[in-house]
Amino acid sequence: MEQFLQQIVNGISLGSIYALIALGYTMVYGIIKLINFAHGDIYMLGAYIGYFCMTHFHLGVIPSLLIAMAICTLLGVIIERIAYKPLRNATRIAVLITAIGVSLFLEYGTMFFVTANVRSYPPLKGILTQSFKLGNIVITAQQILIVCITVILMVFLQFIVKYTRIGKAMRAVSLDRDAAELMGINVDNTISFTFALGSALAGAAGILVGIYYNSINPLMGILPGLKAFVAAVFGGIGIIPGAMIGGYFIGTVEVMVAGYGNSMFKDAVVFAILILILIVKPSGLLGKETKEKV
Amino acid sequence: MPILTVNKLTKSFGGLTAVSNVSMELNHGELVGLIGPNGAGKTTVFNMLTGIYTPSSGNITLSIDGRDIRLNGKKPYKICKAGVARTFQNIRLFKDLTVLDNVRISMHKNIKYGLLHGMFHSRLHSDEEKRLLDKSIELLSILKLDHKKDELAKNLPYGEQRHLEIVRALATEPSLLLLDEPAAGMNPAETAKLTEVIGWIRKHFNLTILLIEHDMSVVMKICERIYVLDYGIVIAEGSPDEIKSNQRVIKAYLGEDMRNA
Amino acid sequence: MKKLADIKGIKKWVALLLTYAVVQLLVSLNIINDYIMATLTTICINIILAVSLNLITGFTGQFSLGHAGFMSIGAYTCAIIIMRYPSPVSFITGLFLGAIFAALLGFIVGLPTLRLRGDYLAIATLGMAEIIRIVFLNLDITNGAAGLFIEVQYTNWLWLFIFTTGTVILITNFINSSHGRACISIREDEIAAEAMGINTTKYKVIAFIIGAFCAGIAGALYASYFYFIKPDLFGFLKSIDILVIVVLGGLGSISGSILAAFLLALISSLLQSFPEIRMVIYAVLLIVIMLFRPQGIMGSKELSLSAFKSLGGIFERRNGGER
Repeated sequence: MEQFLQQIVNGISLGSIYALIALGYTMVYGIIKLINFAHGDIYMLGAYIGYFCMTHFHLGVIPSLLIAMAICTLLGVIIERIAYKPLRNATRIAVLITAIGVSLFLEYGTMFFVTANVRSYPPLKGILTQSFKLGNIVITAQQILIVCITVILMVFLQFIVKYTRIGKAMRAVSLDRDAAELMGINVDNTISFTFALGSALAGAAGILVGIYYNSINPLMGILPGLKAFVAAVFGGIGIIPGAMIGGYFIGTVEVMVAGYGNSMFKDAVVFAILILILIVKPSGLLGKETKEKV
Repeated sequence: MPILTVNKLTKSFGGLTAVSNVSMELNHGELVGLIGPNGAGKTTVFNMLTGIYTPSSGNITLSIDGRDIRLNGKKPYKICKAGVARTFQNIRLFKDLTVLDNVRISMHKNIKYGLLHGMFHSRLHSDEEKRLLDKSIELLSILKLDHKKDELAKNLPYGEQRHLEIVRALATEPSLLLLDEPAAGMNPAETAKLTEVIGWIRKHFNLTILLIEHDMSVVMKICERIYVLDYGIVIAEGSPDEIKSNQRVIKAYLGEDMRNA
Repeated sequence: MKKLADIKGIKKWVALLLTYAVVQLLVSLNIINDYIMATLTTICINIILAVSLNLITGFTGQFSLGHAGFMSIGAYTCAIIIMRYPSPVSFITGLFLGAIFAALLGFIVGLPTLRLRGDYLAIATLGMAEIIRIVFLNLDITNGAAGLFIEVQYTNWLWLFIFTTGTVILITNFINSSHGRACISIREDEIAAEAMGINTTKYKVIAFIIGAFCAGIAGALYASYFYFIKPDLFGFLKSIDILVIVVLGGLGSISGSILAAFLLALISSLLQSFPEIRMVIYAVLLIVIMLFRPQGIMGSKELSLSAFKSLGGIFERRNGGER
């Protein structure tokens, strides 16, 4: 039982990271129906930016986090403007290939500058090195930090989407882009803003994963990116609470499989869940079935 | 002798009942109209008849050559194979394919060669392809589309696209043809010609036709019987003259239109 | 069976045989050296992969991101068999067995997932390929991440030629048959296709099976030419590589796929001299091509012999009838 609870704690920590990445996927998919394969690489860049902030500029965790988020935001917007915006009316597959191109560019561009070597995050100081015991369950300060930051960011995101003008615009554009445009919404800016939000969250996830796993490399974004996408699909793509639930679910499943089964198969289980959910309920946990009107 | 029997057909979407207890009977060789105001559930009935929607309850039975086939819940392609073809209200041609291919695709269900013959382009394949080509051109010529067989469907003018929809449906060799607003968007001259063509194909192909149409001039002129749908229920049934004078119909929907017809 | 009567048909066969003979001659004269032969092998394998994926994605309109998964089934099956019983007969047996296994998997995976549309199917096929890769990583018979060394090389120009032209001809024929048109109608409008009597599920599965079968052949050819296979060779990136060839050539254009396979081989051998930025340039090229010619080189048109006479025509097609 205790081991089970311990796994839950670990699962929630990992799930937080997946949830943060999944949010970006789900928002971008919701608004322009693009599986943004480059999203996982924004997360990787977030990890690297955090790394440099902490090692070269000796900044603390929170300032590094904010800087990583800011730079990732900027990158997200630039990528959207250069690579995706000109393809607004192209076929879906063309945009998807572009996204893959951007993804490769970020991965191998980063590799060119920082080499393919794995780097380890600088050791944390002070309270962040501690861990707490609840009975026999160990909760580290890092895990608390990860979950707290994730929750704060999610609340902040919900606030933006639900209660601000731009959030309303985002929801409008994702429902019907043409109608939104006719209602005077600046669709391009809204899309850029969506990329900005998603990228900021991915940047945050990157630095958190650096702290948690302590090692980063230029290709680290691929698999978590895919899994976060699975999380988004699981919860119902385009639905923000769905991405959060999906993230925590996938994180927990992965930790459980690694803990009780064969850790080599943990990724296979995640993908098997994906295929299963797609077959049973393609619209995801919270999604509504939509049928094409004839 | 009924070819199509619809018994208490109902479809609800969530809490909304779009079609409720609709019963109708189409006799062999009849041309029957299905009319009603916008949103009355006409297309929903078509979608159930062709298997795109599964009815919530009720029965659809097709009787061909003395055999009864229960249609509800069947997949669209099976219903098509059973002998029911349709056109779409919002044109759904294969628009990036040629006119000829649009027609040939409908003939696929009756081809006589298998996959391997197709892959090795056997003699059987070429003979069958020749037959398909001839038959397609014959069908296309009915609506004077044969000289446009190599054009892309999307490049045809609107009226001809509607014609192609009809040819494509005919190519499936149906016993029962469902036409969903074939005259929509056409001018009076085109409509008059279309009316003539519908009458002609019914005779020539020995068809039973169910027609949804908003243009009363078409419906009143060629339909032998009319069902009127309002809010998902059949409110009247009868000959064009009976419908014209039916108070409930006039009240529900026909009002002004009748004086013009 | 074959109808060779018309002159055009004979011309085609003569041209094919001539191509085979010329290359064979150059190989035996050692003008085509090992390096060129390896490139040529890659091109042939990529043609098989791209043309078969084009059937699934370009013609039937089903978005697949897992083609490398099918390829790996063929590669491993053939490799395991020729490592046990090294002989040309077991190579061919292994090749067809691999193709059949791949096709079987295509059937098993295809049946439930093909109900999915567009992106969802793409992700499901991606997941499937990842699962295959992870399974190969963990099996004993595949020697896990270390991979397999195959000591003998059976793939030669003759087999490459037979299987590449065979795939291209059979798939082209298929597309030009009524069954092929049934597949294309699904891409165009699934609901209308179904209403016109096309069993759309059946034809999606057929496209998937044929595509997987050919990918299996490609994998087998790969395994017995390059001596070494490991699961990571058939990962997400490989599936993407194949998709890039298809999209670059033009979705729904067989000649486009062939052209793009050559072009990509050319690009990658040019980039060989810059190993550090090879992938970066590749990525930039992808983005630039998609930005300026999203429909690929050929659109959905086919290159015909008459088009060779006016090569400039390719560029005029820009305003042609592409989607």
